[in-house]
Amino acid sequence: MDLSVGKDSPLAHPTVEERPPTQAASTFQAADASLKGEPSSELSRPVRPRAQLRQRAPSRLPDKLYGAVLWVLAFSVVAALILVTVQLAALCGPSLKQFGPSFLVRSDWDPTSDVFGALPFLVGTLVTALEAMALAVPLGLGTAIFLSEMSDRRLKGWVRFPIEMLAAVPSVVYGLWGLGQLAPLLRVHVEPALHATRLGIFAGPALGVGILAAGLVLAVMVFPTVVALSLEVFQAVPHEQREAFYALGATRWEMIRSGLLPYSRTGLFGACLLALGRALGETMAVAMVIGNNPDMIKSLLGTGSTLASVIANEFTEAVGDMHRAALAELGLVLLVMTLVIAVIARMLVQGMGRSFKVNA
Amino acid sequence: MTVVCGAGLLFAFVPLCSLLYLVISRGLPSLNWTFLTGLPKPVGETGGGVGNGLVGSALMTLMASAIGLPAGIGAGIYLASKGDGAFGRTVRFLAEVLSAVPSVVVGLAVYGLVVAPFHHFSAAAGGLALAILMIPTLARSTEEVVKLVPHSLYEASLALGVPEWRSSLLVVTRTALGGIATASCLAMARAAGETAPLLFTALSNQFWNLQPTQPTASLPVEIYNYATSPYPDWQAQAWGAALVLLMFVGGLNLLARVISKRATLRA
Repeated sequence: MDLSVGKDSPLAHPTVEERPPTQAASTFQAADASLKGEPSSELSRPVRPRAQLRQRAPSRLPDKLYGAVLWVLAFSVVAALILVTVQLAALCGPSLKQFGPSFLVRSDWDPTSDVFGALPFLVGTLVTALEAMALAVPLGLGTAIFLSEMSDRRLKGWVRFPIEMLAAVPSVVYGLWGLGQLAPLLRVHVEPALHATRLGIFAGPALGVGILAAGLVLAVMVFPTVVALSLEVFQAVPHEQREAFYALGATRWEMIRSGLLPYSRTGLFGACLLALGRALGETMAVAMVIGNNPDMIKSLLGTGSTLASVIANEFTEAVGDMHRAALAELGLVLLVMTLVIAVIARMLVQGMGRSFKVNA
Repeated sequence: MTVVCGAGLLFAFVPLCSLLYLVISRGLPSLNWTFLTGLPKPVGETGGGVGNGLVGSALMTLMASAIGLPAGIGAGIYLASKGDGAFGRTVRFLAEVLSAVPSVVVGLAVYGLVVAPFHHFSAAAGGLALAILMIPTLARSTEEVVKLVPHSLYEASLALGVPEWRSSLLVVTRTALGGIATASCLAMARAAGETAPLLFTALSNQFWNLQPTQPTASLPVEIYNYATSPYPDWQAQAWGAALVLLMFVGGLNLLARVISKRATLRA
């Protein structure tokens, strides 16, 4: 078999001698020749036909193919989101039909008689998430200000490392830590003291596990998110903004309070919303320390459930179709909540970025 | 005011130290060769291991990577090179939104998509759920690193007559390869630690399994099952498994750090 590439094949690479001179080159040659007073036979040479030019141009097909493959891969993001939403909606069909909008405000959850309501889980989710935010936002903002405005490069490196580690620890290990360390600590030392205050929100026996423990674990888990996102926002604040305040004679704290924070307000709000979204959807750690009680929560020391934790706990053991559909509908509620929050947060953060570009 | 910032730092350090100390001090006693290679034992028998969970986690992380890495990296390259149009902006926005979707919800959706029609929990379903979680974050981080490559490099390659696809793939993407490898490692580490999406897709398994159509144990799910059980033996196993998982995830993170250090040194 002849493996050598034929001369007519498109694979054949023309050598320098074989390559016909381009039109421009031949014109130059002709001009050169006429300057030397030689008869310009070159000028009269016929111009190479267009068809031949087209044949030699590299094919655009691989480029188009490459573009198409990239497009399909980019579309996979869109497809994944649509798939998740549609599948989830399909899964909760029976429950949607049976309960309608009243699902959101009913507070009974009884798998044996197929009666389901989402209210206790909605409340549990909101309370634990807000508890986490109340702790993580001030501390996270403080850390971000410290890292961005008050520390040199080396210290920043040293502090960033543990924060990145906190973000990398899997959720289930946080749950284990909550069970093994936090819950006993709360039960023995913290909760009796809180109970002694006789406040309504601290009623009930000290169990360790419960709403308080879940909120604390969540706070530790969203803390790195708050720090990282606020740092990003602070870094986007132009240096002129800071220097202008220093030039006016402001101290560092005055600059931070009246120069930095008002300027980055929108971005910080977006960052907090993103962290809130994470806190709402966090599953395993919460499922392990919250105590898994489907009743409405009465005190911070009591046990409860969140949307995510009840799904994780009951879905594989759900026997009836209605039970499964109701759990899926809790998932849908959670999905809609996190989607709305993510969309608002992104718009805020992006709007912030745009205003920077205008200012710069 | 400085005190508040100091408190913030404490809030990072104290839980981390306590967590690491606890996992190491309680996990280390149960760590030995049979723990890493053995099967779980029934309640009442001491010993037993998490070998099947370790293998299952590796299997499902690899399956997720087989789908998630090409899709995420490809989407990232698309966003970096042609992402200025309406489609690109939509994809970028939806990637942000998708990365905010709770993992437990993704698990539910994959249950409806794969498990319910086939009436079977499977490793493939678990891998798919993890892949969906990998794609958006990987796409965004790939976009960031690819955008760092100077456009002049791409133009220089085009000017030399190299076709667009070769310029994009062999010049631009290759220059950003270190960053992409770092992002991929971090995405795999995150996927390896996920529990919630596996609960109702891969379920768990008491035995060895390498078949994609069968329920499969994974390290995080074993930790969850052991930790919430009432038996002290099993709870001890959970700490051991947590130590192994932390080493697994920490190793991938460390690898990502090494790769990114190397990449920045070369650049």
